Amino acid sequence: MIAELGHFALILALIVALVQGILPMIGAARGYPGWMAMAKPAALFQLLFVTLSFAALTHAYVVSDFTLLNVVQNSHSAKPMLYKISGVWGNHEGSMLLWILILALFGSAVALFGNNLPATLKARVLGIQAWIAIGFLAFSLFTSNPFERIFPAPINGQDLNPLLQDPGLAFHPPMLYLGYVGFSMAFSFAIAALIEGRVDAAWARWVRPWTLLAWCFLTGGIALGSWWAYYELGWGGWWFWDPVENVSFMPWLLGTALLHSAIVVEKRNSLKVWTILLAILTFSLSLIGTFIVRSGLLTSVHAFATDPERGLFILLLLCLTIGGSLILFAWRAPALKAGGLFSPISRESGLIMNNLLLATACGTVFLGTLYPLFAEAISGEKLSVGPPFFNATFGPIMAPLIFLTAIGPFLSWKRADLKGVLQRLWLAGGLAIGAALLTHYLIVGGPVLAALGMGLAAWLFVATLTEWCGRIRLGRAPLSESWQRLKGLPRSAHGMTIAHSGLAIVLAGVVGASAWKQEAVENLKPGESIELAGYSYLFEGARPVTGPNYDAERGFFKVSKDGEAITDLSPERRIYRVQGMDTTEAAIHTTGLADLYAVIGQSDGQGGWTVRIFYEPLVPWLWLGSLVMILGGVVSLTDRRLRVGAPVRRRPARLSHGPGPGKGTKGTLPAKGSAGGGHRVGA
Amino acid sequence: MTRKNRRLYLIITGLVLLGSAAALVLTALSDYVTLFQSPTELLANPQYEREIQLGGLVEEASVDRLSDGVTVAFRITDLQSSVPVTYKGILPDLFREGQGVVTIGSFQNDGTFLAREVLAKHDETYMPREVADALKASGKWRPESGETPSHGGNGGYGGD
Repeated sequence: MIAELGHFALILALIVALVQGILPMIGAARGYPGWMAMAKPAALFQLLFVTLSFAALTHAYVVSDFTLLNVVQNSHSAKPMLYKISGVWGNHEGSMLLWILILALFGSAVALFGNNLPATLKARVLGIQAWIAIGFLAFSLFTSNPFERIFPAPINGQDLNPLLQDPGLAFHPPMLYLGYVGFSMAFSFAIAALIEGRVDAAWARWVRPWTLLAWCFLTGGIALGSWWAYYELGWGGWWFWDPVENVSFMPWLLGTALLHSAIVVEKRNSLKVWTILLAILTFSLSLIGTFIVRSGLLTSVHAFATDPERGLFILLLLCLTIGGSLILFAWRAPALKAGGLFSPISRESGLIMNNLLLATACGTVFLGTLYPLFAEAISGEKLSVGPPFFNATFGPIMAPLIFLTAIGPFLSWKRADLKGVLQRLWLAGGLAIGAALLTHYLIVGGPVLAALGMGLAAWLFVATLTEWCGRIRLGRAPLSESWQRLKGLPRSAHGMTIAHSGLAIVLAGVVGASAWKQEAVENLKPGESIELAGYSYLFEGARPVTGPNYDAERGFFKVSKDGEAITDLSPERRIYRVQGMDTTEAAIHTTGLADLYAVIGQSDGQGGWTVRIFYEPLVPWLWLGSLVMILGGVVSLTDRRLRVGAPVRRRPARLSHGPGPGKGTKGTLPAKGSAGGGHRVGA
Repeated sequence: MTRKNRRLYLIITGLVLLGSAAALVLTALSDYVTLFQSPTELLANPQYEREIQLGGLVEEASVDRLSDGVTVAFRITDLQSSVPVTYKGILPDLFREGQGVVTIGSFQNDGTFLAREVLAKHDETYMPREVADALKASGKWRPESGETPSHGGNGGYGGD
C-alpha cells in the first residue's frame, strides 16, 4: 500500500512538474504575473510529492518489503540498517529517485529564497528546472519504476552488492548527485538568461554560489569515491582513469572553469557568452556522468548497474537537453553584448587561460573516455584507453595550469604589471626550486618529473600564501593593522587562498603517491615477514571471523620500524553469504606522510597466504587536500557579497538591454537566499 | 587594446592550446591504446611484447598456483582456443573458473601471456562486453552465461 502511494506521489510529481514547466514559461513570455507566480507553489509541491515517494521507497527498504522487486534485488533482511538505507540509492531505480529528489530540493530552494530575483527570470529558471525534472520523472516512471511489485514474493532478498556495503560508498552517490544536480541550477540560469537575452553581474552573483555549492559537493563526491576505491578494492590505487571516474571528473573540470569565469562576468561584465556555454556544457557532462555508464555504452570496472535497454530513452534525453540547449545558445548568444576591455596581461586574461586550460584538459579526458566507443563504431576494433594515455595528455595540460594558478591571483583587473608581479614571486620561485632539489636529493633515483612536480606544488602553495600575506600586509605593517585587514578581507578571498593551497596539497599527494609507491606480493606462513620501505610486516596468521551478513578470514600483522612497534594491521577477506561474493578489506595505517597498506589474499591450503603490502607515500595528503579545497569553497560561500548583497557600485551595471537598471540592481540582492539555501541543503 | 586585437589574441591562444592538445592526444593515442583480443585473435596474429588486453572465460580446472605461492597460472578461453596466462598477485574478488575476465599484459615468446593486471567485473552477473562479443564471434555464446554463471561457494580455485 505504501509503495503504491509512493508510485502515485511520483506520478503527481510529474503532473506538477508539467504545470511548472509550462504555465510560468508562458506567463514570463506574455507577462502574466499570476502564471509566473505558479512556479513557486508548483516547485514546493513537487518537492513534497518526490519526498513522499522517496520516503515510501526508504520505508520499503527499512522494513524489508520483499514484495517490491527493487527491494528483493538489492536488499536482504540480515543487512545492517545503514546499508538497508543506503541500498535505496545503491541501485539504478533508487538512484534516479534520489537524483529527482535533489533536483526538487534545489528547485524549491530557488522558489523559497529567490524572492528578490526578477520575476520573469525566476519563473523561467523554475520552468527549466521543471523540464529537467519532467525528463527524469518520465524516465523513472516509464523505464525504471522503483515501485514495481513482484509476485510471488520471495522469502528474502538477493542482498546489495557487497562492495557497496561500505560507509564510504553509502554517502558517495548522494554527494556526487548533489554536485551533478547542483550544476542544473547554473544550467537553468543560463537557459533562462538566453531566453531573456540578458546577462549581467546580478545574474553571475546568483549563478556563482550555486556553482560553488555544486562544486563543493562534487569535489567531496569524487574524493569519497576515490577514497572508497583506495581502501575497498584492495588494489592500492586511488585513481584508475576508469570511465566511471572520468565521467564525474569532467563536470568537475568544467565546473571549476565555470566558477572562475563567473567571477569575470560578475566583476567585469565580460566573458558572458563563454560563461553561458560553460554552464550548459557542465550540466551536459553531469547528465552524461549520470547516464553513460548506466546505458551500458561504456564498460567499466566498477560501475554497479548497466542496462542497455534503457539506452534509447537515455540517448533521447541527452540529445534533447544538450542539443536543444546548444541550438538555443547558437541562436540567442549573439544577442548578448560583449563587456569591458582588458589587456593580455590582466586578471581577466589569467582567468581566460584558466578556462582554456581546464576546458582543454576536460576535452582530452572526454576523448580518452569515449575514444573506444568511436573506434569500435568506425573500425570495429576493440581497444581501451588506459592510464598511460591520460598521464601523457592530462599531465602536460595541468602542469601549466597549476603554474599559472600561482600567478593569477596577483594580477589586477584590466591591466596588470607583470614585472611587479614576478618580483613578488621570487620567494615562491626560490622555495619551489629548493623543494624540487631537496626532493631530488632526498629520494635518490626517483623520477625527475616527480621532483619537478613537488617543486610545482611548493610553488603554488608558497605563492598562494604570499598573495594572502600581501593582502593583509603581514610583516610590512604592524600586526594590529594586518589583523584588521585580515578581518576586512572578503571571505571569498580567504576561500580562494584556502582552495588553492588545497590544490597544492593534492598535487603533492598525486606526485608522491604516483612516484614513490612501493609494493610487495609474497606468500607468507605465520611467523614470516615482509620488509618494505623500511617497515617490517610480521604475519602472525589468519583466523575466521563472523560478521552480520558475511564470514571473513582476518589476517594479523605486526608492523615495526627499526625494531620499534608501529601498529597492528588486520586486513580481511570477506565472503558475503547471500551473494557468495568475496570482497577485500584492506587494513590501512596512516603516518600522515604515508599509508601502510596491507591486503590478504587467498590461502594456498598449506598454511601460507598470499599477502600484498603497499607503501603509499603522501596518499593521506590527497584526502587532506580535497578537504581543504572543499573548506575553501565553503568559506567562499559564506562571503557577505554572496550572502547579503552587492557591494556599493561605483557605476550602474552595464545592462545590455531589458527592463532597466532598477530590476538589475534588485537582482543583486537575492544572493542572500542563494547561499542561505545552499547551507540548508548542505547541512 | 581594441576589441579586434583582443579577439585575435584570444583566438591565437585558443588555437595554440588546441593544437598542442590535439598533438598530445594523437601521439598518446598511437602509443598508449591497448587492443582487446580474444584468445583466437591473439593466436591468429600474435603480437609479442606489446601491451594488449586478453579477455575470455577462465577455463574450467585450469587454475593452478605455482610453487612460489604467489604466481597463479590459468588459461583464458573463448571456447575455441585458449591461452595460458600467468599472473603474480592477488586475484580480484570475482575471479572464478568459468567466469569472464579481462587481463592486461603482454604475450611472451614462450606462448604464455604475462598478465600485469587481472580484471573481473564487480558484479557477478556481469560478463565484460568484449568477452561476450568474443564468445559470440567464436559461436560459443550462451546467453545464460551472461546472466548468472554457476558458482560454488568461494569459487572453484584457491580453496584447494
